Amino acid sequence: MNSQVNSQVIARQVEPDAAQALIQERGQRAVFCGLTSIIWLHRKIQDAFFLVVGSRTCAHLLQSAGGVMIFSEPRFGTAVLQDRDLAGMADCNAELDRVVAQVLARRPSIRSLFLVGSCPSEVIKLDLDNAAKRLQQVHGGKLRVVAFSGSGIETTFSQGEDACLEQLVAALPESTDDAPSLLIAGTLPDIVEDQFQRLFASIGIERVAFFPGRQSDTLPSVGRNTRVLLAQPYLGSTARALEARGAMIIEAPFPLGIEGSALWFHAASAAFGVSPQAVDGVLAGPIARARRALAPLRDYLSGKRISFLPDSQLELPLARFLSAECGMTPIEVGTPFHDERWLRADMSLLTANGANAETRFVEGQDLEPALARVRADRPDLTVCGLGIANPLEAEGLRTKWSIELLFTPIQGFEQAADLAELFARPLRREGRLEVGSWS
Amino acid sequence: MELTLWTYEGPPHFGAIRVAASMRDVHLVLHSPQGDTYADLLFTMIERDGRRPPVTYTTFQARDLGGSTAEKVTDTLRAAVEHHQPQLLLVADSCTAELIQDQPGALAEGAGLGVPVIALEMAAYSRKENWGAGETFFQIVRGLLAANVPARQQARVRPEDERPSVNLLGPSKLGFRCRDDVAEVERLLSAIGVDVNVVAPLGAAPADILALPNADANVCLYPEVAAPVCRWLERQYRQPTIKTVPLGIGASRDFIAEVIKVLALPTVADPVAASRLPWYSRSVDSTYLTGKRVFIFADATHAVAAARMASKEMGFDVVGLGTYSREQARDVREAARELGLEALITDDYLAVEAAIEVLQPELVLGTQMERHIAKRLGIGCAVIATPAHVQDYPARYSPQMGIEGANVIFDTWIHPLMMGLEEHLLGMFREDFEFNDTAVPSHLDSAERAVPAAADTDATTVSGPAWALCAERELKKIPFFVRGKARRNTEQFAVEQGIATIDVDTLYEAKAHFSR
Repeated sequence: MNSQVNSQVIARQVEPDAAQALIQERGQRAVFCGLTSIIWLHRKIQDAFFLVVGSRTCAHLLQSAGGVMIFSEPRFGTAVLQDRDLAGMADCNAELDRVVAQVLARRPSIRSLFLVGSCPSEVIKLDLDNAAKRLQQVHGGKLRVVAFSGSGIETTFSQGEDACLEQLVAALPESTDDAPSLLIAGTLPDIVEDQFQRLFASIGIERVAFFPGRQSDTLPSVGRNTRVLLAQPYLGSTARALEARGAMIIEAPFPLGIEGSALWFHAASAAFGVSPQAVDGVLAGPIARARRALAPLRDYLSGKRISFLPDSQLELPLARFLSAECGMTPIEVGTPFHDERWLRADMSLLTANGANAETRFVEGQDLEPALARVRADRPDLTVCGLGIANPLEAEGLRTKWSIELLFTPIQGFEQAADLAELFARPLRREGRLEVGSWS
Repeated sequence: MELTLWTYEGPPHFGAIRVAASMRDVHLVLHSPQGDTYADLLFTMIERDGRRPPVTYTTFQARDLGGSTAEKVTDTLRAAVEHHQPQLLLVADSCTAELIQDQPGALAEGAGLGVPVIALEMAAYSRKENWGAGETFFQIVRGLLAANVPARQQARVRPEDERPSVNLLGPSKLGFRCRDDVAEVERLLSAIGVDVNVVAPLGAAPADILALPNADANVCLYPEVAAPVCRWLERQYRQPTIKTVPLGIGASRDFIAEVIKVLALPTVADPVAASRLPWYSRSVDSTYLTGKRVFIFADATHAVAAARMASKEMGFDVVGLGTYSREQARDVREAARELGLEALITDDYLAVEAAIEVLQPELVLGTQMERHIAKRLGIGCAVIATPAHVQDYPARYSPQMGIEGANVIFDTWIHPLMMGLEEHLLGMFREDFEFNDTAVPSHLDSAERAVPAAADTDATTVSGPAWALCAERELKKIPFFVRGKARRNTEQFAVEQGIATIDVDTLYEAKAHFSR
């Protein structure tokens, strides 16, 4: 039964794309910059410190976006540029060395130091790559120093992780053997990693590594024997850097929902020569369990209309899951940038089942016209950033704020129902409350 | 460069956003890279604002830097004016835009937008949020008034038939309890027959700003935001400034006295007689509050007021006082001197944490940062100033100023402390078989320890004098929540006295020494 369904799903994936017109918008963007990625990256890499070289705005952003979740002393900070740094009265390199020494003195257990470029550091052309090389020589041995840009000029929200991992690829050791190994790229919650690891082991793929790892000294090796499976849709530069190291990228939809997860495992298994039947056998249990958990949520969400404002870059795979597996109707799917190669699989699934001719696909953003469309469409649910959610609620529109999607375990079979629940909860809340009109 | 883990204040342009968001019919165009729109979420999430702040961001990216970002500014200005139709347009650079020098203010002035424009210079690399708010408010007031209302050589003479009135200046979005403070101060003033002419920036439209000179005086309610405006209004229109901030019973009394004096009104009987704080503070349960060691760190206004309230109205010992408001540091230094302390003036939260660790207070009054610190150190804390979190923007009426404000503060500060009677009982039963730090509460049928291990960290002695077994046993009889302090004090005493081994006598000698 399950194997039949999965084979159908795979068959559907290879249908040619129903060419969807992509509307491009340019105007005010209401998105975070890439620095925001630090909030989940520092939780993932447990011995890393992220030092932003920037302004008070950078520090304020990190604390505003992440402050809700962090109660201990954060393993990130900002070297705030002062007038004297900009006026050339202070040697920025000497200043940076001093601040780094301060960080390391306070946190001697740090094994990775990321120097994170910001809008101001890029505009003044502060060379953090060279600074990282210099600091690597000074602090060598136990500490790895890597520079990347999280600036809003260069990166949008989750792209900060892409920039980080792209730079970290250079630090990966060269693979020395020929036996194929699987590298899963993109930050996943630990619990999801452990689930995936167990499933791959059952399938018969034992050599599985996650990138980034939880500790700095466990970097996976990479080479011609490496097959890369992306766990997140925003890792285009990282994927290209891994390709340049000889790795082969396995194209697949992203592991959101039952169908996405199944296809993701199937694609990896195919690359390792495992038969689809064997994979189906392993996945049957988790799939059945996930279907049982998802069923009531599907009943609840089915027929509801949803719009996505561009934000996390997860919009397309999420729309695919919510339409195909939960029966929702996507009205508008906005995404900060559309990287065709990595979104192809999800897009073709979405257009084959879920999206209709009226569904608008938008790349980029022009905030006010986008909000005007939401007001005109009046979807049942709008997925958007934190700054926009309450104002839309005040207009009587239900919202789901999207940053939660990056902090919550949502990937894989066991989390499929949790993921649907994130979208059902705001709607159920509306049903419960008797406090007068929402608008 | 300056290492910052947490920051007490945002950048100066965030202060400008706060002022714009506080007002009506004002719009701000902020030249800023993609990402700076994060600022919106502080208003919509922390203050639960139902509207986005009235800000349009240019959100330029790398591809714009290659072309003309100035063109993007002009396009954004036109779109913002057309869409929002403000009565007043503010234009500013964020930190990055300041570096690329597109001069958005000049572009706006030259663009023929058909709306008054005020160009702001935010000095992103030397100033901070509160300065930015004060500067923005000042530029708005001066920009609107200087062009429309002539300066006065003499103070305004109030017509016979007109009630005395004042302006309340400084309340703003994301300030601390501003919404309720305004209502409370209005109530306080109305009790002595004084009207409020204009509240600004909170809730004010540009037309209200033009009406500022119609009041007899200005109340500088939040000096961090309003001081520059009050100084200018005093020079330009000879409007006196009422400087007392009515936080606490004593200060509220002084505030009314100052208003009466400045406006030459008849004196009244105790204007704050309705407050419950004096009786609550005198009632016997509060005896146990006497000498509670309190550490205070906040913006200057709330720090100075809290120090006065803590020492004079609650009977606490203020053991540390400081502020992150460098611009107002002088007031805090003076308040600290009066308490025999040296003020801690810093915006480095690590320095504040170190001070709290050394002083071991029983209560911390501070911001969200100090709440984090106190939580980690296991010390009670009440938030008295910004930066604050969503729980400090409560649904209920919860002012800090005036009569009800004093009531609210009494409750808020007492809450984290052991209530008096409760503490007395704990002392009586300190070694009781079922009421001690290791016993499981009798109503919980569980094998788990009642007190988490963290409460026992006082047992780890740092290298120092040794403890004789008898002294160690005696120490155990001291209630666990003060045992850490007793241990540290005794060890410090032993070191000072050159005592190598602490016995029971040393313990009590130290107790006597520190209880002086």
